[in-house]
Amino acid sequence: MPLERLIKFFTSLRLTVVLLVLSMVLVFAGTLGEVEMGLYKAQTDFFRSFIVFWQPPGAHWRIPVFPGGYFLGLTLLLNLIAAHLSRFKLTRKKIGLWVIHAGLILLILGQLSTDLFAVDSQMHLRDGQTKNYSQSERVDELAVTDVTDKKLETVVAIPEPLLARQGEIRNARLPFAVRVKQFYANSMLSTNAAPGFARVTADAGLGSDDLWWRPVPRETATDRRDAPSALVQIVTPQGPLGTWLVSDWLEQPQTFTTPGGRTYQLQLRPARFYLPFSLTLLKFHHDVYEGTDIPKNYSSLVTLDNPASGEHRKVLIHMNDPLRYDGRTFYQASFDTDNEGTILQVVKNPGWLAPYLACGLIATGMVVQFLSHLVPFLRKRRAA
Amino acid sequence: MKKFLPWILVAVFAAWVLSTLREKPQAGFHTREFGKLPVLLGGRIQPLDSVARNTLLQIRERQSVGPMGATAWLMETMMNPGAADKLDIFRIDNLELRNALQVPAKQEYYSFHQIEPHLDDISKQAQRFNDIPDADRSAYQRELLKLDNALEIDQRLKLSLCPPGTADFAGQLAAYERALPTGLAAAQARNAGKTYDQTAFNRLLDFLAGYDTLAQYAYPLVVPPAPDAKSRADWQNIGKSLMAVARGQDLPPAVKDYAAMTTAYNRNQPAAFNQALDDYRHWLGRWFAPETRHAAREFFFNQFQPFYKAIVIYVTAFLLAVLALLTFALAPKLSETLRRSAFWLVLLGGLIHTFGLLFRMWLEGRPPVTNLYSSAIFIGWGCVVLGLVLERVFAVGLGSAVASFAGFVTLVIAHNLSMDGDTMEMLRAVLDTNFWLATHVVVVTLGYASTFMAGLLGVAYILLGLFTPLLKYKSGDLELGKVLAKMAYGIVCFAALFSFTGTVLGGIWADQSWGRFWGWDPKENGALLIVLWNAAILHARWGGMVRERGLMNMVIFGNIVTSWSWFGVNMLGIGLHSYGFMAAAFWWLLAFVASQAAVILLGLLPQTLWRSFRAGAPAVPKTAISGAALPS
Repeated sequence: MPLERLIKFFTSLRLTVVLLVLSMVLVFAGTLGEVEMGLYKAQTDFFRSFIVFWQPPGAHWRIPVFPGGYFLGLTLLLNLIAAHLSRFKLTRKKIGLWVIHAGLILLILGQLSTDLFAVDSQMHLRDGQTKNYSQSERVDELAVTDVTDKKLETVVAIPEPLLARQGEIRNARLPFAVRVKQFYANSMLSTNAAPGFARVTADAGLGSDDLWWRPVPRETATDRRDAPSALVQIVTPQGPLGTWLVSDWLEQPQTFTTPGGRTYQLQLRPARFYLPFSLTLLKFHHDVYEGTDIPKNYSSLVTLDNPASGEHRKVLIHMNDPLRYDGRTFYQASFDTDNEGTILQVVKNPGWLAPYLACGLIATGMVVQFLSHLVPFLRKRRAA
Repeated sequence: MKKFLPWILVAVFAAWVLSTLREKPQAGFHTREFGKLPVLLGGRIQPLDSVARNTLLQIRERQSVGPMGATAWLMETMMNPGAADKLDIFRIDNLELRNALQVPAKQEYYSFHQIEPHLDDISKQAQRFNDIPDADRSAYQRELLKLDNALEIDQRLKLSLCPPGTADFAGQLAAYERALPTGLAAAQARNAGKTYDQTAFNRLLDFLAGYDTLAQYAYPLVVPPAPDAKSRADWQNIGKSLMAVARGQDLPPAVKDYAAMTTAYNRNQPAAFNQALDDYRHWLGRWFAPETRHAAREFFFNQFQPFYKAIVIYVTAFLLAVLALLTFALAPKLSETLRRSAFWLVLLGGLIHTFGLLFRMWLEGRPPVTNLYSSAIFIGWGCVVLGLVLERVFAVGLGSAVASFAGFVTLVIAHNLSMDGDTMEMLRAVLDTNFWLATHVVVVTLGYASTFMAGLLGVAYILLGLFTPLLKYKSGDLELGKVLAKMAYGIVCFAALFSFTGTVLGGIWADQSWGRFWGWDPKENGALLIVLWNAAILHARWGGMVRERGLMNMVIFGNIVTSWSWFGVNMLGIGLHSYGFMAAAFWWLLAFVASQAAVILLGLLPQTLWRSFRAGAPAVPKTAISGAALPS
């Protein structure tokens, strides 16, 4: 019976051992890959994938060479569940093992949910600055802001993946279309015609001055980000208004006015995640040990303001002691070299409790398993 | 005699250990008391003796200069730099560098005098090499950078106590105090645009120029803050204190006493030196008693050298345990005596090892593992404890042999890691948490220790099985081979438990401090590899995929996995956990991995070739002792 053989295959201990060993090979290769191609890319290629591909240098094709992290993790999960359903009897002697394995299942599922649902971003605050948003570490957005009304700005943010498709983008709240003529996921700008750079063919805004640009390979290290640039044309029903260069390198927005008399700003900037509250950095501290430059502690004293709840309090965020608030966690991640600004890591992870629960289960399971062997052993000895 | 041999051996070694505790009275300069003086360096209070030893380890890879002790060398360097320039203290191993410096190739250590003509050249090259990433540097470049660093520390030490070119510091200090009022008046008049005393002004400038050099370069901070200062940690160097005097602050007693010691030292007047030293110690005792006590404790620890003593005892115990195994069948009674001797010696070594470990924890106010050095000490300690337990359960000498071997090797590794300098350095911000150091780091390090322990048992199994008939010999009801397999299996269970718990605790720490439970950081991956491998071993055994020999080969591979996680990962030089690249250690790691792979290959040889299992192996002697039941 093929079904029986299939069940036998998925419930076998042999499969467990094979999967564990394959996982070791994957983890080892992934670690080496992290040195070669940077932490971020290696993680995506090896661990957050079903298949690991090999691409010969310079080639445009790639061949599958090894099962990826998702594949091995899910197969292990299947193996674990199948083995329990078919072979394990829920006896008092085995209850510890059940709990341990249930914890393992929760641990794997929790990591999967983190991978799928967790959102990481950063909040950069200078001393005295207030912000009610954090910024993506990797992805940009094109913010088109209607600033006609000084009191109320309306922002339409066009996500980077949409820009990368290089077509026409329309939005009901915009009286014009945004036509992406060219897009570089990572780029460099220059004020002179350096080798490899091409002249920016914008006819409005900053790019109409003498500017050159060129695409560069995507960043792969965790601590470096891409600086995308694009040429966008604003097309009103009356005809094109002009072509602008927007770039992550340009810190100031560029302004234009539509024939309808409304004023807009254009800016390609790190994608923002708005918060229902704000943080103000009162003071960043970088303490060192006396007479050395060995860091002793980094801390950010902030005020938290929540207009909805009327909450207004001071919070000290420091190493190993983050702020947890409103489903988000704020960690001390980095700081400005002049020690007058802080960078907080903002993590929104709905599954953050899973590993804690999993560990609790596994620990309980181990204690139960231990006692279920020890108690009969002691009883036997007492009887003897 | 045989009955008492274990006790005699233990008594002899214990007497040796205790004999080093006694302080002999010192004639001449009281070097020892000088070595106990507290100073602030690397962010922590430590005795001058530690400054001397750690510096010498960095530049000379020894804790002494021939017959000259570390503190004596430090005194010469700080108080009489001209004479210290002639001491052979710079270790240069690289022949290319020796050639470039045009120094005799046959020496191992070189003096500042020999190197002096090339100082400019060295610092120019060092600047260039500093821009090369560590991993890409050649042996020559690395060695030159090391020498440049050693020269810098040496220079800074020479500028730590007395201004350059001053033999009579006390006299100069008195002259400074006399010159101050007129000099300051002249400076004020000059600032106000009035006529001023040019000679008095210049004289003051001369003094301050020398003190400014001290203020910039001094290495340890030797001057305690004023007793009524806000922070007790606000130590200064002598240069800064002397400059502050010109701004109207009091001259700290420490400066006066150190100056008197310097003058007396240069005039070879031990009595005057000891008097100034006593005065300073008296003052310290009144205002800085806790710091002085702390420094004295560390001084004691330096002198006692518990880990060195443990190494000597472990080596002896290992030899005895091996002899016990080899004579197992030939002379069972002698074997048993040797086995018991080995056991009690491992216990003695383990006690001294434990004492050293606890004393370090007390000094640092930290859990046992804070850096790579202390992880080696702790892994060794864990192996010794496991080995002793095994020996209690299966009294056949194997536990003692493996324990003493692991203790010896890990302490030698620790000694080599201590060459980087201070092993009690302050902890960088994220590590500054005793809770996680006490839980995650301790548990995961015990995971390393038990995985290594199982691996060692595996190596013992294969070597004994291939080359001796021992595995078939019976101890009680069990053959030695079976005993080894039982031991290894039990230890693997422990290893799986510890490495899993430790890894998960690490994940929780990461979630607490970085916002992610798991980040695929190389060190995390290394820990995960150990967990996966231990799990693979257990499941392979439960599923009947491996038996005795397969299990042993698997646990030996565990050695490779663990050494990768412990050292290999740090050599990758990336990720949040890395300690930096270690070139020399890299070759040792490769050699270790190769040796383990070789043992596994041996283990794969058909068992007909094994002495323990081949046909015609000598019958089990009837006289073989029934170890398991014997009291140890």
